[in-house]
Amino acid sequence: MAFKWLSRLTEGLTKTRSKLADGVRNLFRIGRKVDAQFLEELEETLILGDVGVEATRRIVEDLKTRYRDREITAQDNLLEVIKNDLKESLRGADKPITFNPSGPTVVMIVGVNGTGKTTAVARLARLFVDEGKSVLLAACDTFRAAADEQLAIWSRRVGVDIVRHRVGADPGAVAFDAAQAAVARKIDLLLVDTAGRLHTQENLMRELGKIRKVLAKQIPGAPHEVLLVLDATTGQNAIVQAEQFRAATDVTGIFLAKLDGTAKGGIVVAIKQKLGIPVKFVGIGEKADDVVPFDAGAFIDALFGNGGDVG
Amino acid sequence: MFESLSEKLGGVFRGLTGRGRLTEGNIGEACEAVRTALLEADVNFQVARDFIDQVRDKAIGLEVLKTLRPDQVFVKVIHDELVRLMGPVDPKIPFKVPPPTVIMMAGLQGSGKTTTCGKLARYIMEKGHRPLLVACDCHRPAAIEQLMIVGAGVNAPVFSEGIGDPVRIAKHGVKAAAEQNCDVVIVDTAGRLHIDQAMMQEAKDIARTVKPDQIYLVCDAMTGQDAVTSAKEFNAALELSGVILTKLDGDARGGAALSVKAVTGKPIKFLGVGEKMDRLEEFHPERMASRILGMGDVVSLVEKAHAAVDQQEAARMQEKLRSADFGLDDFLNQIKQMRKMGPLKDLLAMVPGMGSAMKDLPVDEHELDQTEAIIHSMTAKERSNPDLIDASRRRRVARGSGVDPQDVASLVKSFGQVKELVRQMKGAGMFSGRADAARQMSQINLFGPQRKKRMRSERKRKDRKRRSR
Repeated sequence: MAFKWLSRLTEGLTKTRSKLADGVRNLFRIGRKVDAQFLEELEETLILGDVGVEATRRIVEDLKTRYRDREITAQDNLLEVIKNDLKESLRGADKPITFNPSGPTVVMIVGVNGTGKTTAVARLARLFVDEGKSVLLAACDTFRAAADEQLAIWSRRVGVDIVRHRVGADPGAVAFDAAQAAVARKIDLLLVDTAGRLHTQENLMRELGKIRKVLAKQIPGAPHEVLLVLDATTGQNAIVQAEQFRAATDVTGIFLAKLDGTAKGGIVVAIKQKLGIPVKFVGIGEKADDVVPFDAGAFIDALFGNGGDVG
Repeated sequence: MFESLSEKLGGVFRGLTGRGRLTEGNIGEACEAVRTALLEADVNFQVARDFIDQVRDKAIGLEVLKTLRPDQVFVKVIHDELVRLMGPVDPKIPFKVPPPTVIMMAGLQGSGKTTTCGKLARYIMEKGHRPLLVACDCHRPAAIEQLMIVGAGVNAPVFSEGIGDPVRIAKHGVKAAAEQNCDVVIVDTAGRLHIDQAMMQEAKDIARTVKPDQIYLVCDAMTGQDAVTSAKEFNAALELSGVILTKLDGDARGGAALSVKAVTGKPIKFLGVGEKMDRLEEFHPERMASRILGMGDVVSLVEKAHAAVDQQEAARMQEKLRSADFGLDDFLNQIKQMRKMGPLKDLLAMVPGMGSAMKDLPVDEHELDQTEAIIHSMTAKERSNPDLIDASRRRRVARGSGVDPQDVASLVKSFGQVKELVRQMKGAGMFSGRADAARQMSQINLFGPQRKKRMRSERKRKDRKRRSR
C-alpha cells in the first residue's frame, strides 16, 4: 500500500519536478559552509515553498544553533539534516482514518470555497469502495449552484448512493436523513460534503456546528473525522483557516488537494507546527482515484526530490 | 481585508514614532518588519525584496519636515511604492464596436471562474450591455448546470451545448450572441493547472478560435507564493488583459495582488468580495494601498456614502452634529442611513485607523436592530432629551423594545459618550486624532455589554482632565 502511493505521489510531484527540490539541490553542494548567504538562500527556498515566515525562521534558527554547537559540520549532508527536521515536524501526521467499531463511521468534509471538497469526497469514496467498504454520500452543500448535482454525478461514477435534497434545503436536514439512511442500510462510511464557506463568515461557521450536532444525535460519536480540505496553492491564510475551522468543528485532519501543480503545499508544515493538525490525505491528480493517504516521510522525500540523487 | 498586514505595519510605524528623524538604522528595522509582513501576506519572495529595495532607496536621505513625524513620511513612501507597484489600472472594460465584445475567463480550479462570470455579467448589464454566458467547462461535473443557475440568477442568457468540444462550443456561442441580441460574450472555461499541457493547449485553441477582446485570469486572493508561477504561465499562454482577484471578503492578506501585478504587468481589474452576485468591485490601487497600510479606504467610503445617503439630509445632519442638539432621533436616522451603505463591519473597516481598532469588536447587526428598537420605543421628548429617562421611563422603554432596563440605560450612556466624542473629533488631526478617536470609539459600548469597566475608567479619567483644565 505504502509503496504504491509513494510512487503515485512522486509521479504527481515530478510532473514539473519540484522547484523547491531543484533550489535545494543547488544549495547543498557538499562542503558548503553555513554562512549568511547560505542561510538566506535556505530561507528563500522554504518561503517560496509556502512554509511560511515563522516556521522557516524556526528551521533556520535550529540549523544555526546546531552548526554553532558543532553538532553538524559543513561536510554533513545538509539536505538530510533539513529533511529530517521537516519529517520530524510532520511526524504523527500519518494516522489513518479511525473507523467506528460499531455502526457507520462518519467523515465530514469542510473547507473554504473552491478548495475541491466535492472532488475530495468523490476520491475518498472511491478509495474506500476499493477497500471493500460500503459508502454513502451526503450532499450537504445545498448552497452553491449545482453542487449537489456535481456530487450526484460523482456518486454515479464511483457507484455509491447519495442522499440529497433540493437546492436551498437545510443542510442539517440532509445530514439527518443521511445519518438515518447510513444506520438503516448498515453503511460502513458516510461522507458528508458541506458547502464552501470562508472562515470569516461566523453564521456559516455556526451552521457547521449544527450539522455536527445533527450527526452526533443520530450516530453516537459522529462525526468520527472532520477533514479540512486545503488547496495546496493556498498561502499563509491556510493557518487561519485551519484555526477557525478547528474552533468550529474540531478538525481532525487535513486533505491537501491539488498538490500536482507547482505549489509545494509547504503550509502544512506550519500548520502542524502551530496547531498540530496532521495531514491525512493528499490529492494529486484529476481522476477520482488520484488520492493517497499521507505519509510524512514520503511527502518530504518527494518534496525534495527523493534525496538520493543529490550532490 | 488585509487587516493583518495593516496591523503589522501599524506596529512598525508605532516603533518609528517619537524618533526625531529617519536614520539608516530605524529605516532598516522598519524595512525588515515590512518585509516580514509582506511575506506573511503571501507577497512573493522576490517581489517583496524588490519592493523593500525601492522603499529603502526612497526613504533614506529623505528630509523629514518639521510639521511631519517620521512615521508619516515613511507611510507616504510605502504607500506610493505600493500604488506604483499595483497601478496604474483602468477598471473599464473596453467594449468593441461593432459588437460582440468577447471576454474569456481562465484560471486554476476553484479560483471562482463560474461565480465571477455571473458577477461580471451583472456588472456589464448595469453598464447597459447584454451579455451572453457561454458554458465551455466540459470537465468538472455539473459546471454547466452551475453556470445555468448563475446566469438565471442575474437574468443573463446562457449558451450551452452540453458536454462537447469546448473550442466548438465557444465558437458557436460567439455566433449565437448576435441572434440572441447580445453584444458581449463571456466565455467560462474549465479550471486548469498551468502545467497541464493538454489543458493549456485547449485554452489556447479557444482563444485562437474566438479571438477574445479581453482575457481575464481569475485568481484566488488566498494564493501563496505559487501565484506568480501560475499567473506567469497563463500570461505566456493566453496574453491576459487583466486579473480578477476573488475571495477578498475573507481575511487573506492578499499579497497575490502585489505579486501577480508585478510578474505579469497585467492590471488587476476587479475584486470579488462576497458570494452574492453584486459583490464585484472595481480595483483601485490607491484604495488597496491605503487599505494595506491601515489608512482606511476613504475613497470607497465616500463613494458608498454618496450612493446611499441623501445629500441634504447629510448636510443637515452635519450641522446638527456640530451643534449641541443632536438627539437620539438623529442618531436613529444616522444608523439607518449608515445601514443603507452595507454591513457595518465593511464600513468600519474602511474608516481610517479603524481597521485594527475594530478588529476585536464584534459587530453584531442584531444589536443594531435592538438599538433601533429601543429608540423607537421612546417618546419624541425622550429622544431629543435622553436625560429625561428615569427609572420608570426606562422600564417602559425596555418593555416596549423587549430588552432589559439596563440595556436602555447603557444605550443612553453610550449616546452621551458619542456626543462627547463627536465634539472632540472636530478639528482632530489626520493621524493622531483619528487613531485616538478610533480607540475611544472601540471602547464605547453601543454594540454590546463588554468593556464596561474600561469605559468607566476612561470616563473618569476624562472627567478628571476636564476638571483640572
